[in-house]
Amino acid sequence: MTSLSDFTPNEMMTIAAARALSNDDVCFVGIGAPSAACNVARLTHAPDITLIYESGTIGTAPNVLPLSIGDGELCETAVTTVSVPEMFRYWLQGGRISIGFLGAAQLDRFGNINTTVIGDYHKPKVRLPGGGGAPEIATSCRQVFITMKQATRGMVEKIDFYTSFGHGEGGNHRERLGITTQGPTLLITDLAIWKPDPETKEFTVVSMHRGVTRDKVQETCGWKVRFSERLEETPPPSELELTTLRELQARTEKAHGGKKGS
Amino acid sequence: MAKFQSLKEAVAENLRDGDTVAFEGFTHLIPHAAAHEVIRQGIKDLTLIRMTPDIIYDQMIGMGLVKKVIFSYAGNPGVGLLRRMRDAIENSWPRAIETVEHSHAAMANAYEAGAAGLPCAVFRGYRGAGLKDVNPSIKSVTCPFTGEELAAVPAHRPDVAVIHAQKASKRGDVLVEGIIGVQKEAVLASKRSVVTVEEIVEDFDDLHPNLCVLPHWTVASIVHVPGGAHPSYTHGYYDRDNAAYLEWDKISADRDLFTAWMNENVLDKGPEVFADRVKGL
Repeated sequence: MTSLSDFTPNEMMTIAAARALSNDDVCFVGIGAPSAACNVARLTHAPDITLIYESGTIGTAPNVLPLSIGDGELCETAVTTVSVPEMFRYWLQGGRISIGFLGAAQLDRFGNINTTVIGDYHKPKVRLPGGGGAPEIATSCRQVFITMKQATRGMVEKIDFYTSFGHGEGGNHRERLGITTQGPTLLITDLAIWKPDPETKEFTVVSMHRGVTRDKVQETCGWKVRFSERLEETPPPSELELTTLRELQARTEKAHGGKKGS
Repeated sequence: MAKFQSLKEAVAENLRDGDTVAFEGFTHLIPHAAAHEVIRQGIKDLTLIRMTPDIIYDQMIGMGLVKKVIFSYAGNPGVGLLRRMRDAIENSWPRAIETVEHSHAAMANAYEAGAAGLPCAVFRGYRGAGLKDVNPSIKSVTCPFTGEELAAVPAHRPDVAVIHAQKASKRGDVLVEGIIGVQKEAVLASKRSVVTVEEIVEDFDDLHPNLCVLPHWTVASIVHVPGGAHPSYTHGYYDRDNAAYLEWDKISADRDLFTAWMNENVLDKGPEVFADRVKGL
């Protein structure tokens, strides 16, 4: 274990993502990296945040990170557990979710996400698991936050498949399709925090994590990166944030026999 | 009217070659024992419906029993990809399979529409999503009152639903608890259903009145199979066997290893082994 003044890029990513959530949020938690961030938020500055997993658990407060979106502990600690049709109809489609938190296999500069296939859909090079709840999470939640590790393989000029719609080709593309929600408003990576340009909707780096250079951000991104004129440095993790995350991960590994939860 | 049967009888009586079958369970209560009996009986040319195809669909696909899968997320939960399903899609091994892919919202709505006796489901979905372009069964309708364009998909009407549940009463009523997924909708949408349970109890007289109960006259066959969801879990009985999910990633990575594993652990075994598999979980 590294010391408190020394943190990994992954830890910074999770903590920066956790900070973006508030106590009043009702958050639909995607599989993977988002789950750690949402639970760190709940265990630090946002104890009353409502976390919802698509398996039907509403207001869940797991002591360890789940291995799957349907782990028993999510149900045991939830305010209520509803059926999956009810989850998607009343809660998601009904407009009751403020933040949808998604991960991505492939992402483009406008926040469009691919988790379906690499290559052609009908003759895929790699068949990925698919969208699950994401296509409607991306359009029914008031805002969408995305978190992923930077790599040119993942952050690409053009995604192979539109699993879920971000800002499409940019500008007012969402509006033109009759989508009334804001879509991706925040991207948190292991190197930086990105926000869409108010006009073009292209993700722009607004803050780099400590020790990260512009070159490093560009080298790990498949499109030409735009940096904000008022570029900031992300405040490093506090002792409380780092301790909370590390304890959560230690509890999780112990509970799952060495396997990291998500 | 629910019949209490052996698993062998229940599967033989309800499933036929070419049927459309939904084995449901949203990471919880996955009917592993029943799926293994279907594999032993070699029931083939199946169209499988499932929101989250996982190990049992990987197994049925790998054994060549499946011609088509209708799904919304195909992964080994918490582990990764489904290697047998990928091999069938990418390399047609052991046979080519057709896939019809939806989002979770579409699948859940399609089950609900099936349960409600409607021909299709209508919902706000698929906006800007690529699946619309590759799945011809995704259409749109215009709301006659507001003019809003909404997504429409055909209702699921499986021949058979197969689920695992906590309890049946002696009369044949079935109790499902915890993460209840789409099991109620899947059973009500299907012509017939097979339910495996952990336990058969005298009656449900002392239960809370709003629990998820399927009345006996909505279920065709009930089978007592303790541990029948393993390596999935049954809330209140045993936990998920996470190690088995990790192990599956290795077994399913290799065709020969897969075939040997299926022979040893499925074809040469019966439903009685499940009770032992959940001891200590």
